Amino acid sequence: MPEKTSYLDNAAATRLDERVMDAMKPYFFDIYAVATSEFGYSLGIEAREAVDNSRNIIANALGADSDEFIFTSGSTESGNIALKGVALALGNKKGKHIIVSKIEDFPVLQSAKALEKQGFFVTYLNVDKDGFVDLEQLKESITGETILVSVQHANQEIGTVQDIEEIGRICREKKTFFHTDATHTFARLPIDVKKIQADMITVSANTIHGPKGVGGLYIRKETPVAKWMDGGFQEFNLRAGQENIPGAVGFAKAVELVTPEENAKLKDMRDRLIDLVLEKIPHTTLNGHRTKRTPQNANITFHFVEGESLTLHLDMRGFSVSTGSACFSRSLESSHVIRGIGGDHERAHGSLRFTFGRYNSMDDVDSVVSALEDIVRSLRKISPLGKKD
Amino acid sequence: MYSEKVIDHFTNPRNAGELKNPDGVGLAGNPVCGDVMKITIKVRKENCKDFIDDVKFKTMGCAAAIATSSMVTELAKGKTINDAMKITRIDISDALCGLPQVKMHCSNLAADALNEAIYDYMSKRNLTIPDDLESRHKKTIKETEGTGHKHDDADAPVDECG
Repeated sequence: MPEKTSYLDNAAATRLDERVMDAMKPYFFDIYAVATSEFGYSLGIEAREAVDNSRNIIANALGADSDEFIFTSGSTESGNIALKGVALALGNKKGKHIIVSKIEDFPVLQSAKALEKQGFFVTYLNVDKDGFVDLEQLKESITGETILVSVQHANQEIGTVQDIEEIGRICREKKTFFHTDATHTFARLPIDVKKIQADMITVSANTIHGPKGVGGLYIRKETPVAKWMDGGFQEFNLRAGQENIPGAVGFAKAVELVTPEENAKLKDMRDRLIDLVLEKIPHTTLNGHRTKRTPQNANITFHFVEGESLTLHLDMRGFSVSTGSACFSRSLESSHVIRGIGGDHERAHGSLRFTFGRYNSMDDVDSVVSALEDIVRSLRKISPLGKKD
Repeated sequence: MYSEKVIDHFTNPRNAGELKNPDGVGLAGNPVCGDVMKITIKVRKENCKDFIDDVKFKTMGCAAAIATSSMVTELAKGKTINDAMKITRIDISDALCGLPQVKMHCSNLAADALNEAIYDYMSKRNLTIPDDLESRHKKTIKETEGTGHKHDDADAPVDECG
């Protein structure tokens, strides 16, 4: 293994911040009781207060009221609650039509597919070459039977940020509920539910140096979400199961630790990486919009070479990145996002995603670009595509 | 996880490149993952037999694709074309101390590219082509077309690439 590791896959998981760990620790060893009602014993009341306090912090960050936010086990569960909860609540009342974009991340996409098998109808919205959903198609697709629109705030692979303010406005006007998956934007970009007419918003802790296995769902008052995780009456009787108290505390701490300065630094690293790669390495294409993208994401196709080879060579030099190549995935399917924006197999094949976090620096950017120049050159030398030696 | 041998051939590929004035050229592509391999061979006649005198490969693909291409050139070098066309994907993966199950199709591709080069050599010299080589040739052509790449693509120079 190389001496130094530059971890550039922060969209997948992040290193926990020690301060988050410190905040969580007492809730493992000292205040480990179940969160009880105010009439319970002291330890339980303290645990309850910790959950309530954490909920306040996160709800506040979204501009929401505290009783509009529930904790979950992560984005996957949040997306499932949003889609299946509304389907269960309205499927037999209003209709069975759901609209999602075709480049959603798997929790939303697979929930939609699962509902299709249960007799629901799903419209998969097209996106343009940068990944923006077709708003005209959205408007035309909403009918009296449409119970939910789910369009992500930003894309997990190419970082493109949707105009969710406009999407929310369209949904409100056409009287349908709107869920947005903000896993990759929460705390990184402003989200205020007073401005964005989203009825549900999925968020996650592990994209912002919080603990794994903790997420949440904002649910605007009066949104019909049926409970399907049955058991106790936790989380406003929407999601049964003992509260993950250290997780909730850690999530809130992680939210508090993100600063505008940090987000600006991420954006600088992103921009430098994109500029350097496009300038220094020929036959490269940026995936996603150049500016309307999350501050932490760069996604670039290196033509005539394959992504798994690139990631393996980079790994040998201490860089962790991910790729949309079919060869990298267990399913042997190339990225549905790159194909969704009109890219062919080859564009997905040579695509790399770099996502920055708190523990990266400009040195990481410069060194990964210089490693890439070298690796891409040597892989192109043995590629049958492109220029001969 | 890849075996050490796969990593060795991936990081130090043997016989990488392209022969000048080759006697046979083979191209194989996988329409599912998009990997493409090109193999060039030089053939020498000795005692009325055709030996693969030299062989080189060019591959765009994952570590397994590069390692299997590298290995198939090692296995084929010095063999008669009749023996070389019998090299199977199992031979290639065995020589690499195994491949992950999901990557076994890469070794298929390497065997196909070699077969295509032999097919090209034999058809240019009007040699009688065995039935199974003919049927494999048809299958490979079809699959390679599925990748969107043709012989011409691999030959066409693209300028100023790094």
